Amino acid sequence: MIDWGAIFSNAAQELISPTTAAYALAALGLAIHFGYTGLLNFGQAGFMALGAYGYAISTLTFHFPVWAAVLVGVGASVVFALILGIPTLRLRADYLAIVTIAAAEILRLLFTTNTFDSVTGSATGLQGYKGGFAALNPFTFEGTVGFGPWQYNAYDWWIRLVGWIVVILAAVFTWLIMRAPWGRVIKGIREDEDAVRALGKNVYSYKMQSLILGGVFGTLAGMIFVLPRAVVPANYQTSLTFFIYAILLLGGAATILGPIVGSMVFWVLLSFFSGFIARAVAAGWLPFMSQVQAGQLRFILVGVAIMLIVIFRPQGILGNKKELAFVK
Amino acid sequence: MRPTDVVQTRSPGRVVLLLCLLLAALGLSLFSASPADADTVGGDLPYQFVGNVQNNQKPLADVEITVQGNGYKATAKTDEKGQWKIGVPTKAAYKVTLDEDTLPKGVVVVKGGATTTAEFGLTNTKAVNFFLGKGERVTTDFFSQLFGRIVNGLQFGLMLALAAIGLSLIFGTTGLSNFAHSEMITFGALMTLTFSSILGWPLWIGIIIALVLSACLGWSMDAVIWKPLRRKGVGLVQMMIVSIGLSLAIRYVFQYFYGGATRQLPGATLPSTIRFGAVALSWVDIASMIISLVVLGGVAYFLLRTRIGKATRAVSDNPSLAAASGIDVDRVIRIVWVLGGALAGLSGILYAYYRPGVSWDMGFQILLLVFAAVTLGGLGTAFGALVGSLVVGLFVELTTLWLPSDLKYVGALVVLILVLLFRPQGILGRKERIG
Amino acid sequence: MSSDVTPTATPVKTTGLHIGYAEPGCRKVDPILVADGVKRTFGGLTAVDVQHVEVPRGAITALIGPNGAGKTTFFNLLTGFDKPDEGSWEFDGRSLAHIPAYRVARMGLIRTFQLTKSLGLLSVLDNMKLGAKGQTGENLFRAILPFLWRSQDKEIEAKAEDILARFKLDTKKEDYAASLSGGQRKLLEMARALMSDPTLVMLDEPMAGVNPALTQSLLDHILDLKTQGMTVLFVEHDMHMVRHIADWVIVMAEGKVVAEGDPHTVMANPAVIDAYLGSHHDSDLGAEDPEHEHVLKELLDDQQ
Repeated sequence: MIDWGAIFSNAAQELISPTTAAYALAALGLAIHFGYTGLLNFGQAGFMALGAYGYAISTLTFHFPVWAAVLVGVGASVVFALILGIPTLRLRADYLAIVTIAAAEILRLLFTTNTFDSVTGSATGLQGYKGGFAALNPFTFEGTVGFGPWQYNAYDWWIRLVGWIVVILAAVFTWLIMRAPWGRVIKGIREDEDAVRALGKNVYSYKMQSLILGGVFGTLAGMIFVLPRAVVPANYQTSLTFFIYAILLLGGAATILGPIVGSMVFWVLLSFFSGFIARAVAAGWLPFMSQVQAGQLRFILVGVAIMLIVIFRPQGILGNKKELAFVK
Repeated sequence: MRPTDVVQTRSPGRVVLLLCLLLAALGLSLFSASPADADTVGGDLPYQFVGNVQNNQKPLADVEITVQGNGYKATAKTDEKGQWKIGVPTKAAYKVTLDEDTLPKGVVVVKGGATTTAEFGLTNTKAVNFFLGKGERVTTDFFSQLFGRIVNGLQFGLMLALAAIGLSLIFGTTGLSNFAHSEMITFGALMTLTFSSILGWPLWIGIIIALVLSACLGWSMDAVIWKPLRRKGVGLVQMMIVSIGLSLAIRYVFQYFYGGATRQLPGATLPSTIRFGAVALSWVDIASMIISLVVLGGVAYFLLRTRIGKATRAVSDNPSLAAASGIDVDRVIRIVWVLGGALAGLSGILYAYYRPGVSWDMGFQILLLVFAAVTLGGLGTAFGALVGSLVVGLFVELTTLWLPSDLKYVGALVVLILVLLFRPQGILGRKERIG
Repeated sequence: MSSDVTPTATPVKTTGLHIGYAEPGCRKVDPILVADGVKRTFGGLTAVDVQHVEVPRGAITALIGPNGAGKTTFFNLLTGFDKPDEGSWEFDGRSLAHIPAYRVARMGLIRTFQLTKSLGLLSVLDNMKLGAKGQTGENLFRAILPFLWRSQDKEIEAKAEDILARFKLDTKKEDYAASLSGGQRKLLEMARALMSDPTLVMLDEPMAGVNPALTQSLLDHILDLKTQGMTVLFVEHDMHMVRHIADWVIVMAEGKVVAEGDPHTVMANPAVIDAYLGSHHDSDLGAEDPEHEHVLKELLDDQQ
C-alpha cells in the first residue's frame, strides 16, 4: 500500500528546505529583471552557477574565509551582468534573451570541460567547501531537533536559517526600492523605455542596475543552493532557468511575495506529486509506467504548467489582474 | 597533472587558465586521464557500465576508459578480451571517455567522439561502446586537418541552416522566438528511428514518413497552440514563454517514451571510406550535404520565385502592409509552420547521422546554435539564417583545431555575443529605424 | 480629423520673430533651437536633410509637411532618439550633438510621441511623478532610506495633483493610465512633460487620434504653455489648428525645409501647396477633404 504519511511528510519538508529558499531568491531576482523592469534574462542559471562556483573555488583553491568567498561570487556576477548588459541593453528585448541564455551555457560548458579539471572538478564538480560555513554554526546540539516532519540536525537547521534570512532580507530590500521613486522609474521602463528616456532618466543605467541587482540575488541563491549538496555543473542547465521562470510566473511576476510563495507551492506540489507517482508505480497501480518514467513526469508537468499559467493566469497567484507583468 | 594524481589537486595558478581560453587550449596536451590497471573498477557498486573495445572484431587490450559524473570518477583498462567494467554509485547520466592515446597505432574512434554521455535504462547495467576504425589521429598535418574541419563545418552548417531557416521564417512572420523548434528537430530523427530502426521498414520510407509527420507536427503546433494564441492577442513575450514550456514538456514526453539512451539509425556507422585528399567521408556524409544543398536551393526558389514565397517575404517585411495588400496572412503563417516543421525534421535526421545517434534531447543540444545562426544572420531574414548557419557550423568545427572538443560550442556562442556587440542587426539584417 | 475646432479665446499671436525675409532657414531674433546641416539617411533614402533652421523662443512653432517629409525623424534627431549622419544643432546655445536623449530632456527639452507613450500599468499619479527631475529617491541606494526622499516626494505629488487638476485628470489619479481614453492619454503625456518645467516642449501630433470633445481643451493647454513662458514646437496635420495657434510655421517636404513664415502667408505659398498636396491643390489647405488626407497618410506611413 501507499505510505501517505511519508508522501505528506516529504512534501511538507520542502516548505522550508534550502532548495526552496534558493529557488525563491533566484525567482525574486528574476522578478526584478522580468516582472519589474521587463528584461528577458534567460541566464539566471548562469548567475546561480557563478555563486556556487565562486564560493566553492574561493574556498577550495584560495582558502578564502566565508565572507570573502561570498564577495568573490557576488563580484563575479556583477562582472557577468556588465558583460551581458553592455552589448545588449541598448538593443531589442529578445536580444538580451538570446545573449543571456548563450552566456549561461558558455559558463556551464567552461565549468564542465576537462580543461579546467583541477579548479572546477569538471563534470564531477566540487565538494568539501562547507567547513567554513559550518564553523559559524551557533547551534551545537547533537542528533536531530524539531517538530512534526521537520526534524533536522544542527547543520541542516543552520543552512535553513541562513537561507531564509537571506530570502527575507532580499524581499524587504526589493519591497523598499520598488515603492521608492527608483521602482517607479524601473516600472516605467517596463512599460515604455522611450517615454522614460524622454523624461530625462538614464534608462540604460537603470536597466543595468536592475540586471546587476537581480543577478546578485541569483548568485546568492546559487550559494544557498549548494550548501546542502555538492556543486555539480549539470545542475546549471537551461532548464534550471526555466524552472525558476515557472516559479516566478506561478507566484506572480511583478510581486514581492509571489516568487517566495511560488517556490513553496512549486516544490511542495512537485514533491507530493513525485512521491505519489513513485509510490503508486512501486505499488503496481500504474502498470504502464516505470520508475524512470515516473521521474520524467515532473518535467512534463512543469512544462505544461508554464504554458497554462502564462495563457490563463499571466498575473500568477498573487499578481494583480490589472497589472499583468508582460511587456507588449 | 601527472598520471598518478587520482585525487584532484587545486592550485590557484590554474584559475588563470579558466579565465584564459587560449592558454587552456595550448595546455590541453598536459592533461590526461587518471590511470588504473584493473579491467573492473568499483565492481561492488550497484550500477555498472560495461563495454567491449574491439577493432574489426579483434579485441583491444589496455585501452583506458574513464567514467565521470555526479561527483564520481573512475578509470579502468580493458583486458585481453577487450572488456571493461566500471561501477557507479547512482543511477544517473555519466560521461564515458575512451582515451584515444591508449589505442594501438592506426586505430581511432571514427564516429561519435571519444566521449559519450551514458545513462541507465531499466536495468542496472549499461553497455557503452565506441565506434573504432582505421584512421590516423593528430598525425595529419595542420592544413589537412583544417580542410577536414572545413568540410565537416560545411556539413554541420548546412544541416543547421535547414532548421534555422524554418525558425527564422516563423520569427519573421509571427514574431515568435520558438524554443520548441528543438523538439521539431528531435521529432524528425525519432520518427525515422521508429519506422526504420524499430519497425525495420526501409530507410527511405522511414525518412519520408518522418518528414510528412514533421510537417504535420508543424501544422498542428500552429493550429492547436499558436493560432488560437494569436487570436487571443497574447503578447510575444508570453508566447515565447509558452514555447519554452512546450519545449520542456515535449522533450520529456520524448524521454518518457523513448528513454534516455542514444540509438543509431540504419547506416549511421558506415565507415568513412571516401577520400578527398586528406578528408575521409562516408556515403552518408556526402548524401547529407547533397540533400541539404538541394533542399536549401528548393527553399530559395520557393521564397524568390513562387507567389506564396513572395507573399511569405512580404509578411516577414511588414505584416500589416501585406494584409492590407490582400495577402492571406494566416495562410502564409500556416505554410511557414508546415515548411518549418518539415525542414526541422530533415535537419534532425541529418543531425542523427552527423553526431551520430538519436536521443531525446538532441535538438535541444543544438537549439542555441540554431538561435545563434538566426541572430547572426539577422533576425527574421531567411538568407541571413543560411549565412549565419554556415558561419556557426564552420566556427564550431574550426575551433576544435585549437579548443578541446568539449568546448567547441563555446566559440560559436562567444561569437554570437560579439556580433551583437558590433553589428546588432546581424550579418545580412537591416538597421532598425526608430520613429 | 477635427476640422472645425477653434480655441475658446482668440489667441494672441506673437509676431516679429524673424530677421529679414521669411524664407527657408531665415534667422530669428531670439532662436532657442538652431540646426545646421542635419542629415539622416536610411539605406539609400534621405529622410532628413535640413540646411539651416532656427526655432524662435517664446512662440508656438508648427512643423508641417506631407507624411514622409521627415518631420518625426527630425524630431527624433533633435531630441537624441536618433543619430544623424552629419550635422550640428544646439539648444539654448549648447550643442546637442552626441548627447543622449535623457540628457537632452534634462536640459529642458521635453518631447511627446506621435503614438502616446503613457505608461499603461502605472497609475496616472505615478506617471506624473515620474516626470519630475532631480529626484533623490531615484538613486538605488538612497531609495532604501525613505526619510531621504519622502518630503521631496510629497512636494512632487502636490505639484502633480496641481497640474492634473488643470488638465482635469485629478479624478483619475489612482487609475492605471491604460484605462484612460486616447485623448486623456495625450493630455496625461503633455501634463507629464510639464512636471519637469521644460523650456522647450516638442509635441509630435498632439491632436492625432483625439476625440473632438477634447481637442478644445488640448488647444487651450498648448496656448497655455506659451503664456507660461515656454516655447512650443509641434508637428501637426490639422491645418485649422496650425492656423489658429501657431505663431510661426516651418514646412518640410522630402526631408528639406521648403518654406517658413507666419501661418497665413505660408499656407498661401504655392510651393507649400505643391509640396503638401502634390497635384491636388484645387482646394484651400484648411478645407482639404479629411478622408482623402487620412488615406494618403496611411499610404505614406506604410511606405516608411
